[in-house]
Amino acid sequence: MSVNQQAHTGPPYGQPQPGYQGYQQPAYGGQPLPAVPQSQYGAYNGPMPGYQQPVPPQGYFPSLGFPSKGSPVSLNSDTSLAPNFIGSLRAPPTSGAPPPASGASLPSGHLAYSQFGHGDVQNGIPASAAPMQRPPASQPFLPGSAPTPVSQTSTFQQYGHPPASVQQLSNHMAGMTIGSTTASAPPPAGLGYGPPTSVPPVSGSFSATGSGLYTPYTASQGPPPTSVSQGLPLAQPPFPGQPISTQRLPTQVPGFAPPPSSTGIGLSSYPPTTGAPRPPTMPGPPLPGQTLAGPPASQPNHVSSPPPPPSTMAGPHPGPPMSGLHGPPPPTHPPQPGYQMQQNGSFGQVRGPQPNYGGAYPGTPNYGSQPGPPPPPKRLDPDSIPSPQLNELPPQQKPRHRIDPDAIPSPIQVIEDDRSNRGSEPFVTGVRGQVPPLVTTNFLVKDQGNASPRYIRCTSYNIPCTSDMAKQSQVPLAAVIKPLATLPPEETLPYLVDHGESGPVRCNRCKAYMCPFMQFIEGGRRFQCCFCSCVTEVPPHYFQHLDHTGKRVDFYDRPELSLGSYEFLATVDYCKNNKFPTPPAFIFMIDVSYNAMKSGLVRLICEELKSLLDYLPREGNMEESAIRVGFVTYNKVLHFYNVKSSLAQPQMMVVSDVADMFVPLLDGFLVNVNESRTVIASLLDQIPEMFADTRETETVFAPVIQAGLEALKAAECAGKLFIFHTSLPIAEAPGKLKNRDDKKLINTDKEKTLFQPQTSFYNNLAKDCVAQGCCVDLFLFPNQYLDVATLGVVTYQTGGSIYKYAYFQLETDQDRFLNDLRRDVQKEVGFDAVMRVRTSTGIRATDFFGAFYMSNTTDVEMAGLDCDKTITVEFKHDDKLSEDSGALLQCALLYTSCAGQRRLRIHNLSLNCCTQLADLYRNCETDTLINYLAKYAYRGVLSSPVKTVRDALINQCAQILACYRKNCASPSSAGQLILPECMKLLPVYLNCVLKSDVLQPGPEVTTDDRAYIRQLVTSMDVAETNVFFYPRLLPLTKADVDSDSLPAAIRNSEERLSKGDIYLLENGLNIFVWVGVNVQQGLIQNLFGVSSFSQISNALSTLPVLENPFSKKVRSIIDMLQVQRSRYMKLIIVKQEDKLEMLFKHFLVEDKSLSGGASYVDFLCHMHKEIRQLLS
Amino acid sequence: MATYLEFIQQNEERDGVRFSWNVWPSSRLEATRMVVPLACLLTPLKERLDLPPVQYEPVLCSRPTCKAVLNPLCQVDYRAKLWACNFCFQRNQFPPAYAGISEVNQPAELMPQFSTIEYIVQRGPQTPLIFLYVVDTCLEEEDLQALKESLQMSLSLLPADALVGLITFGRMVQVHELSCEGISKSYVFRGTKDLTAKQIQDMLGLSRPAVPIQQGRPLQTPEQPVISSRFLQPVHKIDMNLTDLLGELQRDPWPVTQGKRPLRSTGVALSIAVGLLEGTFPNTGARIMLFTGGPPTQGPGMVVGDELKTPIRSWHDIEKDNARFMKKATKHYETLANRTAANGHCIDIYACALDQTGLLEMKCCANLTGGQMVMGDSFNTSLFKQTFQRVFNKGFNGEFRMAFGASLDVKTSRELKIAGAIGPCISLNAKGPCVSENELGIGGTSQWKICSLDPSTTLAIYFEVVNQHNAPIPQGGRGAVQFVTQYQHSSTQKRIRVTTIARNWADAQSQLQHIEAAFDQEAAAVLMARLGVYRAESEEGPDVLRWLDRQLIRLCQKFGQYNKDDPNSFRLSESFSLYPQFMFHLRRSPFLQVFNNSPDESSYYRHHFARQDLTQSLIMIQPILYAYSFHGPPEPVLLDSSSILPDRILLMDTFFQIVIYLGETIAQWQKAGYQDMPEYENFKHLLQAPLDDAQEILQTRFPMPRYIHTEHGGSQARFLLSKVNPSQTHNNLYAWGQVS
Repeated sequence: MSVNQQAHTGPPYGQPQPGYQGYQQPAYGGQPLPAVPQSQYGAYNGPMPGYQQPVPPQGYFPSLGFPSKGSPVSLNSDTSLAPNFIGSLRAPPTSGAPPPASGASLPSGHLAYSQFGHGDVQNGIPASAAPMQRPPASQPFLPGSAPTPVSQTSTFQQYGHPPASVQQLSNHMAGMTIGSTTASAPPPAGLGYGPPTSVPPVSGSFSATGSGLYTPYTASQGPPPTSVSQGLPLAQPPFPGQPISTQRLPTQVPGFAPPPSSTGIGLSSYPPTTGAPRPPTMPGPPLPGQTLAGPPASQPNHVSSPPPPPSTMAGPHPGPPMSGLHGPPPPTHPPQPGYQMQQNGSFGQVRGPQPNYGGAYPGTPNYGSQPGPPPPPKRLDPDSIPSPQLNELPPQQKPRHRIDPDAIPSPIQVIEDDRSNRGSEPFVTGVRGQVPPLVTTNFLVKDQGNASPRYIRCTSYNIPCTSDMAKQSQVPLAAVIKPLATLPPEETLPYLVDHGESGPVRCNRCKAYMCPFMQFIEGGRRFQCCFCSCVTEVPPHYFQHLDHTGKRVDFYDRPELSLGSYEFLATVDYCKNNKFPTPPAFIFMIDVSYNAMKSGLVRLICEELKSLLDYLPREGNMEESAIRVGFVTYNKVLHFYNVKSSLAQPQMMVVSDVADMFVPLLDGFLVNVNESRTVIASLLDQIPEMFADTRETETVFAPVIQAGLEALKAAECAGKLFIFHTSLPIAEAPGKLKNRDDKKLINTDKEKTLFQPQTSFYNNLAKDCVAQGCCVDLFLFPNQYLDVATLGVVTYQTGGSIYKYAYFQLETDQDRFLNDLRRDVQKEVGFDAVMRVRTSTGIRATDFFGAFYMSNTTDVEMAGLDCDKTITVEFKHDDKLSEDSGALLQCALLYTSCAGQRRLRIHNLSLNCCTQLADLYRNCETDTLINYLAKYAYRGVLSSPVKTVRDALINQCAQILACYRKNCASPSSAGQLILPECMKLLPVYLNCVLKSDVLQPGPEVTTDDRAYIRQLVTSMDVAETNVFFYPRLLPLTKADVDSDSLPAAIRNSEERLSKGDIYLLENGLNIFVWVGVNVQQGLIQNLFGVSSFSQISNALSTLPVLENPFSKKVRSIIDMLQVQRSRYMKLIIVKQEDKLEMLFKHFLVEDKSLSGGASYVDFLCHMHKEIRQLLS
Repeated sequence: MATYLEFIQQNEERDGVRFSWNVWPSSRLEATRMVVPLACLLTPLKERLDLPPVQYEPVLCSRPTCKAVLNPLCQVDYRAKLWACNFCFQRNQFPPAYAGISEVNQPAELMPQFSTIEYIVQRGPQTPLIFLYVVDTCLEEEDLQALKESLQMSLSLLPADALVGLITFGRMVQVHELSCEGISKSYVFRGTKDLTAKQIQDMLGLSRPAVPIQQGRPLQTPEQPVISSRFLQPVHKIDMNLTDLLGELQRDPWPVTQGKRPLRSTGVALSIAVGLLEGTFPNTGARIMLFTGGPPTQGPGMVVGDELKTPIRSWHDIEKDNARFMKKATKHYETLANRTAANGHCIDIYACALDQTGLLEMKCCANLTGGQMVMGDSFNTSLFKQTFQRVFNKGFNGEFRMAFGASLDVKTSRELKIAGAIGPCISLNAKGPCVSENELGIGGTSQWKICSLDPSTTLAIYFEVVNQHNAPIPQGGRGAVQFVTQYQHSSTQKRIRVTTIARNWADAQSQLQHIEAAFDQEAAAVLMARLGVYRAESEEGPDVLRWLDRQLIRLCQKFGQYNKDDPNSFRLSESFSLYPQFMFHLRRSPFLQVFNNSPDESSYYRHHFARQDLTQSLIMIQPILYAYSFHGPPEPVLLDSSSILPDRILLMDTFFQIVIYLGETIAQWQKAGYQDMPEYENFKHLLQAPLDDAQEILQTRFPMPRYIHTEHGGSQARFLLSKVNPSQTHNNLYAWGQVS
């Protein structure tokens, strides 16, 4: 985001820059300009090298480096980020106020903005006079958009463009400074701050704006609003705002400097430049000290929030505009924000410092840090801060309570930026330690020696060399591995390597498999293991000469030498009992109790199976699937079916001895579909008839699994059970359960029991299943509590999937169920799998999360592993790593393919190692981190009270961020919230995790739902957790009916919804279509086929098929989304102000949730507070 | 009464009763000195063409401990309409229906010729007969095929309204549900797990009637048949289905690796069959027909492990206490048998295999319930096929020759007490004044239950004379015994057959010759044999033989006439003359000798010995040997090796085998084909004669005997050679041959 913005900003600022140029050039030259490319990452990467070259860069480099990573949105602990940005924005103005403002506005071409900008600028100029600034801010806002927040946003949007320009400005530094000047300028900091602050802020803001239009706007708005609000609300808008802003700016400035790295690259870059220059000015620091101190305390949050946005580009411009905007918002936003703002300001600074200053400009850091820190420490606590602020600018601060949501880091913006920066080029895996594009970005992967990120993603691609560092940073080192991930058609599947009878070549000591990292020595006669350094003879048949570079001549001919992912054909030594496996079997086990019959479920399943059986997974080009099928129905007893092809009619065999389950038949139970087609068809026809009159309501469950297990045992094969189950198994049998649902336990120490299985019986059963390779997929259709926590144990431990359809109704749920079933049956799956992760000496895999069973500490055993299942592996140091050799991972999965072939799939990944924490923070992936944290927390609820888990989560994240703040962003004030660029979304995502149903259930969430979600999440990959925790919200009415693309997503907040629009929200499980009350009738007609809002039925499970572009478009969007997800999502129509809206709002994760979940802004403040406590 | 022989024969024909003594020693002491106990062979349902049943209830003595049935021996006061019970001397009023009674207008039961009379009574609902087939599927393909055909054929022989059920077993046990169309259903049970009746009924869903009742649906009457009918259906409704089902029966599909026996869950299968009937049709006539082709190899009741290298137990193992499964298995089957008997059902065992099948352990199932036991080499033999077919033979009146759920109540006059019974029955534990403390056979009761019986089923009932020596019985006093047999006729009617007999008392000191003359040596031989065989079941073989020998010696001592130290002077009266010979052959019979017999065979032989009537029993004890030659008409000859002559054809009937043995010359002639030459038609006739006779025997014998046609020097000749008295052997053939 920031990158783009920066690019834009470039020109406008360019002008302003001149003044700053001196300073800027180095920094800017390196970053911004080069950065021009836009893509933040790209830019950074680019910058790194590119910049480094430039002389200035060197000096700055470090800073730059930091910045890029550090771009973190730094927030003041207390309040909103926006303020900071604003501040920053303003700051720039101060310095180069006029230019940036103008620049910003100009680029966008929005008059309003420009006006604002001017205003800001003016303010900036006047900056010295705090009031001045604010008024301007307010003024601009007013003019720009309607005073109302909404309008503001819209206006901001307009500004969006400007932001871009702003960014450029920021890049130019001039802009930055200007911004800062304006913002800060007005305030006391005046010049001193102005420069530094201004610069950073600008950059931040600019970058932000630079990216997406809306987003930028929002971002810009965000910041502005906050700032504005703050500003305005604070002392009469102008003063408080200004002061604050100024403060912020100053802070930001420093922050900005860092920001470059963190928030807006541009910013960071600017900052450095600015920083450089500014340092001299130094005034900044003092100002910060003063103003910042005051403001920071109060405003910190704001500041922080703004900074991020700024970083995102919009920041800077918005800043200005924001300020203008702020004017209006302020009213809405009360004082406190103001404080936050200040803090934010500080944060901004922090950021600035972090990246740039940290390394490069000690001076700047000093500015940032010195001034900043002192004040913050004093006012670390928001409360304490307020007072100072209050003293300074009581009125303003109070009004500023609110942080501008647009000013805080926006997931949407980040996603959009990454998409636009990295979506076009293929991701080539040849280089060690590359951070891949985000999961939300569509990109192609070229395997050149490392596994595709589709297979493995890491929390960090740069691993600390020592455990001390790792402990210090608290950043978990984890890899999220999806060994059988489905690849897009453009990418090639892993090659299958057949080494014949001798099997794969392996290291003698650690048994690692041959991979591209193995070093051949002695002319190729031996190779040295890249994991354990042991030297192993090359088997004669594998010998090959080396070329002059030491590579084997057949390097490119052998996948295992040149690719990151490949497969070996396993020899008989890798098979159970030293026998090659037989093809697996699928057993369909259908509940035929009264409930299942009544709902029509059984008939539905039987009908579907008739056709579905033709689509069993098959290997490669095989004509027919090798998988055999079997059928069981059950209620209190089990019915097996003999469907041998030679029979005229199927035979049913009832086993009522559920206490001691066994399989009553051998021959004819598992059959080839084609051979027994008629018998199977006859059976599936008759099952619904046979049980049509059943009155049996009790069911058993464990015996069903046992039956399947026994059947597979008898057939000596692995396989999968598809169990369709409706009720709590209360019939007398092993594994009988009782209803233990008790909501009173929530928030007590006993809450964990709700997630634990009732009895250990199922654990033992699961163990047996795994030993046999019996995977259990569970389809649940409960009408009441059925104890998913217990029923799911076997499924979970065998690598199966659970699907739950509460209150199943044929009309509404059948599509969803059938699609899930189809997908589940058809998807690629391996059986009887064992996975081991080997690592370089120095780290080792210590913990595993996912759906599997472990009988020892290293081998992950899965009865079945399908293409959607993901295992998260955590690594810990047990020794030192070296920067030279880096860290290697090899994930080896031994499994039986669907045709019964035993194979080894190997994924290799090489990571960098670092001795500098900054490198770690620069190469993190927040999405993966969240994946890990969520799984970690979700496992924690089994053993600890939920509150403990939540606190631990918050604490860990606070430590991560505090470590960054402390070690990589030192030069800023402690009051500033500074987030590493790569982790700037950590707070928002973490908040989503904390608010999730498992960790903070609302009253309407059932115990089963929680257990269900818990298990689902545990085997989710990064993309799934990403959208699950931060749902995608798409304004359908904004969709371009003529293009294939999706409308740009918006942030998950009610504020973003317009009454006149229709939105779609998806989280991987559900799709909501939200219809505003004021939506045009035409749209309603087009989409729902009814004439008015009130006629829309929210019982619809699909949208009517209507022949008009809008309907087609919406349906195609939905279809597209459905295809992307591993489960068919339930479509829910939500009308605004309807009952269901409560449910919908639950997913607007940036808002306060009904169950007590904090809003994004509040949480950010909370995080900041935590961080500050850690730092103090 | 011309001779005792005629008297005995008359009595047997009329009452189906043969006493060892037809004049009874009047004191306990004397009676014990008679060596052979006072006992009788009772054939409760002896076929009587001339006995039309009466259609009313019997009149019972009103004394609760007596309840004897009005009989010709009772004294009747026609005026007062009173009758005196001849057992307890209670005076009873005739019931109102007998108001018209007078000396000239007597009810049938008072007429002397109706010492045996049968009543048809209306009691309880009539339930159809039930046949539950329990079929082993671990058979060779052709065996199974043959068995399936036999079973299918049997469906046509069953009464149309009879209920049939099918249980198959191998490694698992399957109870087939017969009521469904389309898909065939069966309930499957693990073959290794013993289940209680309750569990079985729960698992088969038979205990469900309780639910509807709770739900306030008092439709139990319709409900009951519905439930049970899932497994037991009237033949006429499902014979097509069942025929198909049987047709589709497959061999047990579970793999049997080399060196292993198939896993066969006979124990559980029987247990389930018993449980099924117990839950659905207690106390009504039902046959569980077990068809098995090998030993139970798993689960409760397993007789041998599945390792082929471990052979099934032999007598040798048993003696050495090496049969590790035997006790447990026997206990399992005994428990089952007792349950079955308690429910009034019976278990038939058709075991066809070349090796043993565990009859030793399972014998009680048939023995205690009155079931059949048939042993053959294969289901694919006429022996089995015809035997099985014969089960469903009908009597002269078109009724099945089978009856169910009988209880036999024996009443005696006060000088006698009941010591016990030996036969296919169990005790009903009815203690009463007429029950002796000394037990012979199944004692301690005056009532027994015979779950299944046919017209030839014969029980040995032993009495004890309790009259003290110093309390002489008045001259002309008679002792009386009444047998009351209540049973379910094959037509499902409830019937009561009452046989009342009386015998004279005699003072053994003064009237020994009377007693001696009235000795029935045939009955005595069989009765003693039963006692011996009964003992042999629980005692060591030599002990039993010794006991038999001692009894014989004592008898001879008592009734023989001899001069001391002069063997040649020994004489026995005519009425005792055959007895020693019977004992001689009994000693050598497979009932007491286990050598050369497997435990299964012994059990099989003993089973049949304990239920056949006197004639058949005698054949078993001393096989009959007929000689056919040109020297005269066929004649019975001594069962002795000296009877084997080159120019004779011998026909031996041992009950279990029929052997036709061609003498050396005859065999040569036959080989030369003389029989085909018109001029030697007489030879052809000669050859044919024993065949015809054998055929005649085969027609009536149940179970079908093994039919052996052999010749001098043939390997099968051993069947004959092992039976004959080895007066000539390879050791003495020459010398003795010369002499004779």
